[in-house]
Amino acid sequence: MPERVGIEVSLAASEAVCAADADVIAAYPITPQTHIVEHLSELVADGKLDAEFVPVESEHSAMSVCIGSSAAGARTFTATSSQGLALMHELLFIAPALRTPIVMTVANRALSGPISIWNDHSDIMAERDVGWIQTFAENGQEVFDLIIHAFRVAEDPEVLLPIMVNLDGFTLSHVIEPIEMLSLEEVARYLKPYKPQMVLDPRHPITMGPVGVPEVYTEARQQIESVLCKSKKVITKAWTEFAKIYGRRYKPIETYRTRGAEVLLMTMGSVSETAMTAVDAMREKGIPVGLMRFRLWRPFPLEEFRRAVKGVKVLAVMDRAISYGAQGGPVCTEVRSALFGESDPPQVFGFVAGLGGRDITTDMFKEMVAKAMGYAKKGKGPLYEMIGVRER
Amino acid sequence: MAKVDAIIGWRNLAIGCAVTEPGSSRNLRTGDWRSQRPVTDREKCIKCGMCWIYCPDMAYSPLRSGYFKWDGNYCKGCGICAHECPKGAITMIMEED
Repeated sequence: MPERVGIEVSLAASEAVCAADADVIAAYPITPQTHIVEHLSELVADGKLDAEFVPVESEHSAMSVCIGSSAAGARTFTATSSQGLALMHELLFIAPALRTPIVMTVANRALSGPISIWNDHSDIMAERDVGWIQTFAENGQEVFDLIIHAFRVAEDPEVLLPIMVNLDGFTLSHVIEPIEMLSLEEVARYLKPYKPQMVLDPRHPITMGPVGVPEVYTEARQQIESVLCKSKKVITKAWTEFAKIYGRRYKPIETYRTRGAEVLLMTMGSVSETAMTAVDAMREKGIPVGLMRFRLWRPFPLEEFRRAVKGVKVLAVMDRAISYGAQGGPVCTEVRSALFGESDPPQVFGFVAGLGGRDITTDMFKEMVAKAMGYAKKGKGPLYEMIGVRER
Repeated sequence: MAKVDAIIGWRNLAIGCAVTEPGSSRNLRTGDWRSQRPVTDREKCIKCGMCWIYCPDMAYSPLRSGYFKWDGNYCKGCGICAHECPKGAITMIMEED
């Protein structure tokens, strides 16, 4: 097994792309994603990664180049964050529509305004419906592993969809962690060279991205939806394979101390480590609480989710984004909808916290659990509320 | 079941809705919604080829005689040829039906 090295998570992400032997990287630097592409440009310049690095003039162009290079059959990577992801928005729909298996890391950061460079999930939650597979990493090792996994899944002939690997900006991207780095040779055991099914080649001309008249658009969309839903099998199989080779096991949904738990905290991303500490402290006081976190967000792991909450009485769902004017944060509303029609479902209470880089402490998790339990006991509570918001 | 006007089932659609037959746009008649069409008066035509050069849909092609042939399958009736013709040899007339 490879040794663990202390490395900044962003640099580890770049090393993962290098170990995956990417062919084309087109990216525009934006805080807090900058170190990822900066290090990749170094790796290319130093001849450690034999790839084309395209320093484009915007994220809109970055994604356009990625779609083109992927369509030409190149293993393609990019990374962005916040406003950059928002600027990519219209192209994000096109990548899955053309079935281009691009891998992108998103260093999650709040969207303006007010201007914020700090961490929350408002950038990614605004891109839920673009047709990409979306995973969330909890720690540095997971960032490295999910990137390798992403290339394998994206390029699977049964999938051919782009994947976003999400990591929390700063709180994960800029910390130094001990990470087992896999080499090019070690990754080659898991990740075979990309064999495109449809490729732009002047010797065999085809048209990718033609107009979809009303007589064909619905069918084109159905193709994407069907492939995305079916991709879950490939995703989980690729994780099983990953565990066989490298020993680290990943699942669509991760649980922590759920045995005998009546209340489950639900989180995503790196804050789950704080949540685990909070769960430990509450368990010591005899509070029957556990933790559940989404690693896979798209396609939504419905069966795994329903299994994980079976028998649980209360869900305290944390959102790191607001869905203005809705019945809760994006995660909370989806969780509620996933439970609709289930017999004896848990009561769901939403909590929006940690916006724009505001610290999420163990005390906040304790507050969420206490409030959710209190509301459940009364049988009544708000659909969602903000935690840690100052009134005056 | 409601009537469906799809031209292909989603299971039969090429990956990414790609068009795999090169040059197949030739099979599509894109000029059928035209409301006006150009008519060239060959008495006035000086064979300069401005209509051919300016046509955004390549609806004109050169003939051995030096004149230009108009193709109604692709002409959208925009009138650019009539506007650009230095001799005023092209007239736009209403399409009837």
